[in-house]
Order: sequence, then structure tokens, then C-alpha cells
Amino acid sequence: MKRCLIVDDSKVIRKVARHILETLQFQVEEAGDGREAMSRCEEDMPDVVLLDWNMPVMSGMEFLQLLRQSGHADQPKVVFCTTENDMAHIRAALDAGADEYVMKPFDRETLQVKLQLVGVA
Amino acid sequence: MQVSDSSSRVLAALLQSRTGQQLTMSRRWRIETALSSVLRERNIPTLDRLISMLIAKEDPFLADEVVEALLNNETYFFRDRTPFDVLARDVLPQLAHARRDQRRLRIWSAGCSTGQEAYSLAMLFDEDRERWKDWKIEILGSDVSQKVIDKARAGRYTQFEVQRGLAIRQTIRWFEEEEDGWTVAPHLKSMVRFETRNLLDPQGARQFDLVLCRNVLLYLCKDKRRQAFDRLASVIASDGALLLGAGETVIGQTEAFAADRDIRGIYRPAALQAPARRATGT
Repeated sequence: MKRCLIVDDSKVIRKVARHILETLQFQVEEAGDGREAMSRCEEDMPDVVLLDWNMPVMSGMEFLQLLRQSGHADQPKVVFCTTENDMAHIRAALDAGADEYVMKPFDRETLQVKLQLVGVA
Repeated sequence: MQVSDSSSRVLAALLQSRTGQQLTMSRRWRIETALSSVLRERNIPTLDRLISMLIAKEDPFLADEVVEALLNNETYFFRDRTPFDVLARDVLPQLAHARRDQRRLRIWSAGCSTGQEAYSLAMLFDEDRERWKDWKIEILGSDVSQKVIDKARAGRYTQFEVQRGLAIRQTIRWFEEEEDGWTVAPHLKSMVRFETRNLLDPQGARQFDLVLCRNVLLYLCKDKRRQAFDRLASVIASDGALLLGAGETVIGQTEAFAADRDIRGIYRPAALQAPARRATGT
């Protein structure tokens, strides 16, 4: 069973994403900001991270840059999942090492295809 | 809101007469949702009142709007993915070989809804640009609904639609960001044209090398489905191919097509059951 870390400061979004991911047979963990996500990754690296952009304490972009610079060999796939839906943000995310990008709102099919495209579903 | 059997019958008759399609059980379940926007926009208080207006023919445009609302326009880019992999890996290379002298391919996305399937085909060709350099690729998308064809022709999609089925790098490659949505890039648009057309109508003298007709025939009764297969057979080149939806087949439906022996999900005009072996010279 593949493991997904949902990183979002919204409990509602985490709940919705968890429900979808569990129906897709993922083992799900949650973090409310980038720093908490980094701690979880240091403990046990997930297969994929579903990552919000704007969060308190540490943003999704800061987390992604830290993760990609961490030197860990077992880098997870990172799928941004955000309301920042313009081309500039998308390009910045890809340049920073994101594998995919989901624009909120999204549905099950969208997320499933994105996860298939990065090779974890 | 409970949809009575008598109301369902009125709506079913209307849909059948306008499009040849049945009000299947799955559609009956969503009548209320499907028609809610018509009720709201026209300030019609109840479904019963709407049915009365339809019967009395109080407004000539109301029936058009109701039919549009009842049609299932669900679609997204590269829907079900596998058929597009089959086209790219098996069918298009065969056609490239068979049409190597003419260097022209004509493809029909029948029942294309808001155009994502037709544009996905254009994307397939763009992904393999080197192979198709100097080819004339003509993709036709058609649907019985004027509303969806207008949207397809505009090639403008919401952020929700534009990411359904596409990798983000494909989105930024094939779409231009605009203030209120995303528009298909001009070089893809130039490969595709759209028209309002009922699959059951005579199709004229046109001919196609490949026809996609996915999740359309399932809404037709058996006789209409047979008629639709005959229409399709009349326009597919003798060495052309038909692609149906994942749950659809020709078995027990028509003698006009037979399953390709080598490529799962592909159907050939019955006179030629093997993969493309001869060009039509068209």
C-alpha cells in the first residue's frame, strides 16, 4: 500500500483528500504545515506528498525546496494542491521540483489521474 | 422533488424525438438535478409546471433547453487513457503506413460533447510531431447539442476542466491562460473543427480513417443503435477503424463491424476484419 502525506492547514481539505486517497487504497498521514511535514518526512519518507501552497509556519514552496535540498535518496513525488492557479505559480512549482500540480477545486478523477501520471497510483 | 412516471414519460418522449436517445435509468435519477438550472433561469416554480409548459408548447425554445439539459455531457481530456495509448501505439502507426502516399488523415469524434476528446486526439498528433510533419490531419468533433458544440468550438475551459486528465506540463503546453479560463493553443485548434450533427442522420459522402464513438450508443435503443452502426459503417474507410467506449461492443448489435483480431477495443468494417492492409485511395 502506497503512503501519502497530505499537507494542508485546512482540516476540511485534509478530510476530503483523505477520503479520496483512502478509496484509492493509499495509507494516509496528515500535516498542518510545511515544518510538521518535514518532521514526518525525516521520520519516514512517504511515496507521495499532496502539498498546499499557503500555510502558516512554513509554506508549501519552502517545504518543497527544503525537501529537494535535503539530500534524501528516497525523494517522494510531490503534487501541489492549491488555489494558486496561475501560470507563474505553476512554473515556479515545477522549477522547484514539484512533479504535478492540482488546482483547487478538484475531484476524485482529477486526483487519481495526477497520481497515476506521477506513477504512484 | 419527486419525478413522477408521467413526467418521466413526457421527458423521455421529448428526448427520443429530438435526439433518438433514451432516458435511461441513470438519466432518470438525475432529471431533477439536470433540470434545476432550467427551472431557476426561467423562474419556473416546479417540475410539474415545466412539464405542463412543454405539453402546451408555451415556449418554442423551452424544449430545446430541456433536451440540452438532459443530455449527459460528461467528458474529460484523454478519458480512460488506455484507448489513447492504443491509438498512439497501434492504430495511428498502421494508418500512417496505409496513408503514407496521401499523407492525410480524417478522424471523427462522434458525440464529442464539449470537445475534450477531439482536442485529445490533436494532442496525440502534437506529441508525435516529427512523425506527422507534412501530414494533413483533419479532426471533426460532432454532437447533437448546439450548446456543447459552441463551447468546444471556443476551446475555452475552466481550471477544473483543463486539468481533468492532463498532466500539468501538458496543460501549460497546450493551453493559454486567460483571465477567466484556459484556451486551447491555436496550433491544436487548427487541426480540429466542430459541427452540430445527429449521429442518426445521413452522413453524406464524407469518409473517415478513424471514428471514435464512445459512450454514445449506450443511450440508444437497439434499433437506433443498429441504425447508428450503419451510419458509422457508411463513412469509415474499408481499412479504417472504429473505437467504442470501454463497456461497449458490436457483438449482438450489428453485422457492419467486427472486432479487430489483434487490437483490443478496435472494430473494423465487417468486410475487412484484419488490421489495415489496403489503402482506400481517398
